[in-house]
Amino acid sequence: MPAKTPEQINEDLLRPLGGASARYLTALAFFAGIVIAAFCAFGWQVYAGIGVAGIRRPVFWGFYITNFVFWIGLSHAGTLISAILRLANATWRRPVTRCAEVITVFALSIGATFPVIHLGKPWLAFWLFPYPSERGLWPNIRSPLLWDFFAINTYLLGSVTFLLLPMIPDMALIRDRATGLRKKIYSVAALGWRGTPKQWHRLESAMQIMAIAVIPVAVSVHSIVSWDFAMAPVPMWHSTIFAPYFVAGAIFSGIAALIIAMALLRKFLHLEEYLLRVHFENLGKLLLVMSLLWFYFVFAERLTAWYGNEPSEMTVFWVTQTGSYSPLFWLMVFCNFVVPFPILAIKKLRTITGTVIASIGVVIGMWLERFLIIVPSLSHKYLPYSWGTYRPTWVELTITAGTFAAMAMLYMLFAKTVPIISIWELKAKEHPTSDHAPALAQTAEEGAD
Amino acid sequence: MAHQWGMVIDLDRCTGCEACVVACHAENNISTVGEDQAARGRAKHWIRVERYYEGEFPDVKTKFMPVLCQQCDAAPCEPVCPTFASYHTIEGLNGQVYNRCIGTRYCANACPYNVRFFNFYNPVWDKPLNLQLNPDVSVREVGVMEKCTFCVQRIKASEIQASSEKRDVKDGEIQPACVQSCPTKAMVFGDLSDPQSEVSRLARSNRATKLLGELGTLPKVTYLQRDSWHAGEDS
Repeated sequence: MPAKTPEQINEDLLRPLGGASARYLTALAFFAGIVIAAFCAFGWQVYAGIGVAGIRRPVFWGFYITNFVFWIGLSHAGTLISAILRLANATWRRPVTRCAEVITVFALSIGATFPVIHLGKPWLAFWLFPYPSERGLWPNIRSPLLWDFFAINTYLLGSVTFLLLPMIPDMALIRDRATGLRKKIYSVAALGWRGTPKQWHRLESAMQIMAIAVIPVAVSVHSIVSWDFAMAPVPMWHSTIFAPYFVAGAIFSGIAALIIAMALLRKFLHLEEYLLRVHFENLGKLLLVMSLLWFYFVFAERLTAWYGNEPSEMTVFWVTQTGSYSPLFWLMVFCNFVVPFPILAIKKLRTITGTVIASIGVVIGMWLERFLIIVPSLSHKYLPYSWGTYRPTWVELTITAGTFAAMAMLYMLFAKTVPIISIWELKAKEHPTSDHAPALAQTAEEGAD
Repeated sequence: MAHQWGMVIDLDRCTGCEACVVACHAENNISTVGEDQAARGRAKHWIRVERYYEGEFPDVKTKFMPVLCQQCDAAPCEPVCPTFASYHTIEGLNGQVYNRCIGTRYCANACPYNVRFFNFYNPVWDKPLNLQLNPDVSVREVGVMEKCTFCVQRIKASEIQASSEKRDVKDGEIQPACVQSCPTKAMVFGDLSDPQSEVSRLARSNRATKLLGELGTLPKVTYLQRDSWHAGEDS
């Protein structure tokens, strides 16, 4: 990274917070329109009944639960990766952490709406909450859906804290330069930050604690999401491999989402001097590892199912390998392995464009994976008499599109209000002797690079 | 000891007439959904007659198998429900409390028999069917799961009658609508906790088998295999 003065860093990274261009507003309005359409579709579903969605007997879970698993998976981008890199003292992470952590918070929030959207009676969703109700009934702690409730809320709380903590010094920086209403708002967000050594020390300690605490939480979240399936005696669901398989898949799709987000930020916010090729290359290597791990898990899962030759499992097995779902299955393998593997394995191809192409493949492939776990099993469950097929309706498609638009919209809004690259952490790298630099970061610096 | 209600279905006697299906609809206020919705898999039949064909044309044999909720003792549908809508009653039934159900549909996914039915819309009855609703059975609204109850309203009515007469429920006194309507008497209902009851006696038959028994769900419906087809095989 070329040496930059703190003033240059300030200017470069605070510039995007200024006024909004026409291009920005158009894009924002476009995404907002899709989000509004999704809200209308959901409103229609509440008004007319859940029957306007494509779900049916026996495929009682369709696009909504696919999206749920997909978005919760995507949320493993940020917090987990940023926490691991922080603990490993990988200094190259500094410009990457915040845009990763934001993905976590937004993807998790979006994913967490689906358990409500998919309910037959969404207006009674609060019955899932454990509170002393007038009905004299607590939720059923044996249900994996309740485990979900606790796991997702814990992770959301943890990842929001993990995002907000290192934002404090940057909020203070903006506060000191702002006037009027902006100054007031950022004053609140800065939580009285003065940059004293004591405050730096506390911030670093808190970050260290959060980084350690958030990793088991992240692992537990997707394990529990996998147990929504693995706990039910459904062919190809009832498997011990599901928890690690889902966690690996989640990190896989999370890194891919991060690479795409970074490339877009780099282009539109002109961060070419901050998000460097080395970042994409390093994340590309991580993505390569996860791609291999994903392939290993799929291979292990498929091999044991095939070798076991249990009739009900074989029905689902063949329907995905060669039957009606096979085009989607092989497209998934293509997107998750055939495309990313050579791109990421060959150094010459592991460019910014290359990693982005691989990442787009992975995001599509991982969405398909979630769909292929849920739907073929349900549609070919045991007694052949009640097998069925599933087709989404416009309601499900609109709501699905709405979640992607919501992600884009929220990300755009965030990038306008908060520096998407942590300014103080960058300065800590470039100027370890600066009086803004936290003491602990300096010691971390010595062992790195 | 509490009653343990169970059923035996003799596949040798079933002719596939579907009288049980019609009787069940009438008794339990099961709404019809119309042709379009039925084609989209939204039809609700708490009991259905599954048809399986064996052999090549013209030498084809049709097998009929009535399938209803198996009232499992280790029911996969029960633990997964976050709101206790699906729960185990003291008499061994898989209860479904409609007022607790918020429609996660997890129970229906977990059920290996696909005998749980979801109200994708509010129920409607074509005239004059709306005039013949059974006052003993609650009507289910949109977003709620429903399933065979073994005609719990009839079980309760007989139990209350018996207790008011200070006696036990007699064997054969309770007949769910499907059992009552079966012209070939292929279905027998009774108390499995009483070894002398007819249902217990039949459940001990050589021909007795459980549907998907290998899953360990401990169904309380026992099927008697078609002896006429497998003469000399096991009985």
